[in-house]
Amino acid sequence: MRKLLLAAALSLLLPATACGGSDAGGSSGDTLTVYAAASLTASFGTIADRFEAEHDGVDVKLSFGGSSDLATQIQNGAPADVFASADTATMDDLVGARLTGADPEDFATNVLEIAVPPGNPAGIATFQDLGKPGVQLVVCAPEVPCGAAARGVADQAGVTLHPVSEEQSVTDVLGKVTSGEADAGLVYVTDVQAAGDQVVGIPFPEASSVVNVYPIAPVADTDQSALARQFIDFVLSPAGQQVLKDAGFGAP
Amino acid sequence: MIPRWLFVPAAVGAAFVLLPLVAIVARVDWAAFPELITSEASKDALWLSLRTSGAATLLCIAFGTPMALVLARTSFPGQGVLRSLVLLPLVLPPVVGGIALLYTFGRRGLLGHELDVLGIQVAFSTTAVVMAQTFVAMPFLVVSLEGALRTAGGRYEAVAASLGAGPTTAFRRVTLPLVMPGLVSGAVLAFARALGEFGATITFAGSLQGVTRTLPLEIYQLRETDVDAAVALSLVLVVVAVLVIGLARQRSSP
Repeated sequence: MRKLLLAAALSLLLPATACGGSDAGGSSGDTLTVYAAASLTASFGTIADRFEAEHDGVDVKLSFGGSSDLATQIQNGAPADVFASADTATMDDLVGARLTGADPEDFATNVLEIAVPPGNPAGIATFQDLGKPGVQLVVCAPEVPCGAAARGVADQAGVTLHPVSEEQSVTDVLGKVTSGEADAGLVYVTDVQAAGDQVVGIPFPEASSVVNVYPIAPVADTDQSALARQFIDFVLSPAGQQVLKDAGFGAP
Repeated sequence: MIPRWLFVPAAVGAAFVLLPLVAIVARVDWAAFPELITSEASKDALWLSLRTSGAATLLCIAFGTPMALVLARTSFPGQGVLRSLVLLPLVLPPVVGGIALLYTFGRRGLLGHELDVLGIQVAFSTTAVVMAQTFVAMPFLVVSLEGALRTAGGRYEAVAASLGAGPTTAFRRVTLPLVMPGLVSGAVLAFARALGEFGATITFAGSLQGVTRTLPLEIYQLRETDVDAAVALSLVLVVVAVLVIGLARQRSSP
């Protein structure tokens, strides 16, 4: 019986050791794990490629998701070396929990834009049009950064929005617009740009009243702190900033 | 009699399923529990979930019962393939179901234009939630009822027919009472599946308090901003699930 229990216990450990083995044997160089907000998917992909090209043997692993989701994962011990958030509030949470290895630095800004399906079926031209009855408007829920921004802009503009859906992330909003279900959605400028000709972007002057700032910081107790520093410096360098600018981000 | 060593992996398996439930119970903030589950948003979500799941279950009974009868009592070419296809939502990722529904009933979907002409807009409505739930829950009722029908066999119906009962009378007076336990447990399982529906709903129906934001969607939303409330509502769903399983077991075991 004891032998069997031992075998069972060993079999429980098997997956863990297997993972450890493949990690150690997979690459001779260093691996840097970067957790970044979903809106950074395209630009950080490019930045990581360039960073790898400049640093021989370095492998950058990217994990994208909602900023608050990623922050929760890091708080629960996810193996991140660098965290790039889509808003300062989420980063402040990590700072408050002493999970950042250095002071966060702002590296980009983003503002909202109206996204409509090609052909603009509801004839949206201004931010005020979004409040009109009958317009199928989709926004982010106020709990997530893009929803907080949408609410802020609406307050500033004095427009009452009646969204038909409050989505969990900006990609969910975009999905409802690209599929043509929604007449309009409030997303970031960069999302409209990334979606190509699937949606049409309508900039509006009120957007500048709420600017989202993107901070980046190394995660505390990373064993890649030197590499994390280099990656952050690269994001802040003219080369990194150019990639972000091309994707539609504003300067910090 | 089973080999004694089998108890070890069985215990590991049981612990793997039960421990996360224990963890939820352990994580609940009991002092704030009543307050957390009775917030306006929580009550809206719970009430919406119960209403939509109930409606979806009725739709499953209305359409699933005839489907199960056709599959169990008739035979025609391609029946096996049809059965597999009808049961597809059982194994399909719900988010795929949501996308499929979107491109069927959405504004630009297969039937979108026809629905638009009729003045029906499905997207972002409670109707869309019910449709998503019905889509994923239907196979549970069909499988459960078809099994009961096959077990019961056609003898009693044949006897009823020989005594002069028409097909409808035989169905109403003989078949239905005979398979009632199977129908009830199928309906309970369908209700449970509808209650837990998430992927198809968020893809197809959107998320708005009181209209389309069911309990799972509310939990998904809260877990980022108010973990305590998300855990409390999760426990509510766990309790409902336990009740449903208990009910289904009681009904199905004679």
